[in-house]
Amino acid sequence: MSQLHYALYTGCTAKQSTPELLSSTLAVAAKLDIELTNLEEASCCGASHLQDFDPFLSHVLNARNICYAEKLGLTMVTICNTCQLNLAMTKEALDSDPALKARVNEKLKEVGLEYKGTVAIKHFLYALIDDYTLEAISQKVTTPLSHFNIAPFYGCHNIRPSHLHKSENPYVPNSLDNLILALEGKAVDYASKNKCCGFHVELQANHTSEILAGNAMIDAIDNNADMVVTPCPLCHLKMDTYQDNISKTTGRDVNIPILHMPQMVALALGCSADEIGLKYHVSKATHIMPKA
Amino acid sequence: MHTKKVTLKVFRFNAKTDYLPYYKTYELEVSDHEVMLDLLNRIKWEHDGSFSYRRSCRHGICGACGIKVNGKSILACKENAFEMTHLFGDELILEPQSKKRAIKDMIIDKSDFWAKHEAVTPYVIADIDEHPEHENQISQAQLAQMLDADYCIQCGACHYACPVIEVNDEFFGPAAFVAAYRFAIDSRDNATHERLEATAQMGQGVWDCVKCFECQEACPKDIAPIEKITRLHAMQFEQKVAVSNVATRHAEGFVRSIKKHGFLDEADIVVYSEGYLGMYKHLTTAYKMIKAGKIHWNDGFPWVDNVPKSKNLEEIQKLIEISQTNKL
Repeated sequence: MSQLHYALYTGCTAKQSTPELLSSTLAVAAKLDIELTNLEEASCCGASHLQDFDPFLSHVLNARNICYAEKLGLTMVTICNTCQLNLAMTKEALDSDPALKARVNEKLKEVGLEYKGTVAIKHFLYALIDDYTLEAISQKVTTPLSHFNIAPFYGCHNIRPSHLHKSENPYVPNSLDNLILALEGKAVDYASKNKCCGFHVELQANHTSEILAGNAMIDAIDNNADMVVTPCPLCHLKMDTYQDNISKTTGRDVNIPILHMPQMVALALGCSADEIGLKYHVSKATHIMPKA
Repeated sequence: MHTKKVTLKVFRFNAKTDYLPYYKTYELEVSDHEVMLDLLNRIKWEHDGSFSYRRSCRHGICGACGIKVNGKSILACKENAFEMTHLFGDELILEPQSKKRAIKDMIIDKSDFWAKHEAVTPYVIADIDEHPEHENQISQAQLAQMLDADYCIQCGACHYACPVIEVNDEFFGPAAFVAAYRFAIDSRDNATHERLEATAQMGQGVWDCVKCFECQEACPKDIAPIEKITRLHAMQFEQKVAVSNVATRHAEGFVRSIKKHGFLDEADIVVYSEGYLGMYKHLTTAYKMIKAGKIHWNDGFPWVDNVPKSKNLEEIQKLIEISQTNKL
């Protein structure tokens, strides 16, 4: 296999409150000999909120983000579901509406850029599964996760709307399950794996947010999960950072480690504790590291 | 014509006589030209005459036969049974749109849906000339503004797929938002401002939407309610209906951050949205995040800048300057 090479769009969270997401992603890429070129010029995707305020500006900024991957001629890889969806929605809007594309390009021209629509945008999860392949990953496993029941939590923006995520059935998603199996873990089957964590109304509708996150976590726990794993840092933040509040709101103890997808892979590939970065979790998670 | 054996696990419940619902299994030889409604009919006609469900037009236009198959909201008359087995395998689970609202089998109490529909005044409000001399025409361009919102058949598929409906009784829900948008954008309507105000209210309005896209996935008419919800958000700013509150500042705060850093300033967006007085709610969480090394103790102070910067930040600033259309 020739070396895989992608343009990495880190998003904001991996650069700030979830440093463990970035370090584990880079560690996995290094172990698998995947080259990632960081898009230093990229800006925030708007996190599904900017388009509520100013839809056109959201398209302009995301088109600019994509332009830099186009300049490199590389597929753009994201490590956050919401970044993935926002970029993919702008790409879809511009590729299907020549008038909008022209209006956006009129603005981009002012800074010497042009959106062409020449590169694909995919989440790192699918880069691993579709391009690297599960078979190749399983051959690299040095620390099988066989003693863990792992609950996959897909996160809305990687599975819906389904026309932007063609490889996944939003009602029966299986990519993350298959990845867990490839790492020799036990994938927990539970009804909430494709549900919403409520992150996006965290501030203005906190009760809704906590009930939604809590319901999913309780479902995972009731199905004997030892940990939850998610490809989305926003789901991670909701379910890791607010466990005490969620426990109070739901009346159930929801204490359970919430791993980023690359952390789980890094664990199985034998990456170091620093790279996996479980110490950055608010809720206790370091106990899942194998004893050195 | 192909046929195959399909196992149907069917939700059965009679609110008048049953303490709990149960699932009954039927094995049917299904052909590739049958729709899910044909299977409901065959359960009733060939197996159990007491089986109950709503049906009427059989043409995907009356919205009566909405059910869920393996969790997916469908119109039974529209979905081919073979296609369902391609999605879910040869065992299909048939359930009402909302189990907790079940009256009898597939029939649910849809009164909350109709109450929300009524609450958004789903008709044109205008001064009507009782003796008109010509039609009230709208142009093709004005019609196009409605997007496809007028195709809604009130089947309830999106409403009962929405997770917020289940935890917040006030929330209008995606179908009502589609109707609110459809009339707010109608050039003949005089109540646009009131419609935007109603859908801007915290608790019931669009700011409580969790952006899960369940509604887009559920809609059998491919209307994408979330798209209309996003339009309603933006119209609040375009038409100066938006008031400054935690949700609107949160949306607008992204521009503020991106202008300064390219990236979002995660601490600042919380402080900016909540206001300094609102921060008391977040102190415990902030303390835990500082302890874990997720954030720095002085993040969010206006005189401190710990945020990474995008390369070519001046490009981003220029694009905001020339592209921003809305203000709070």
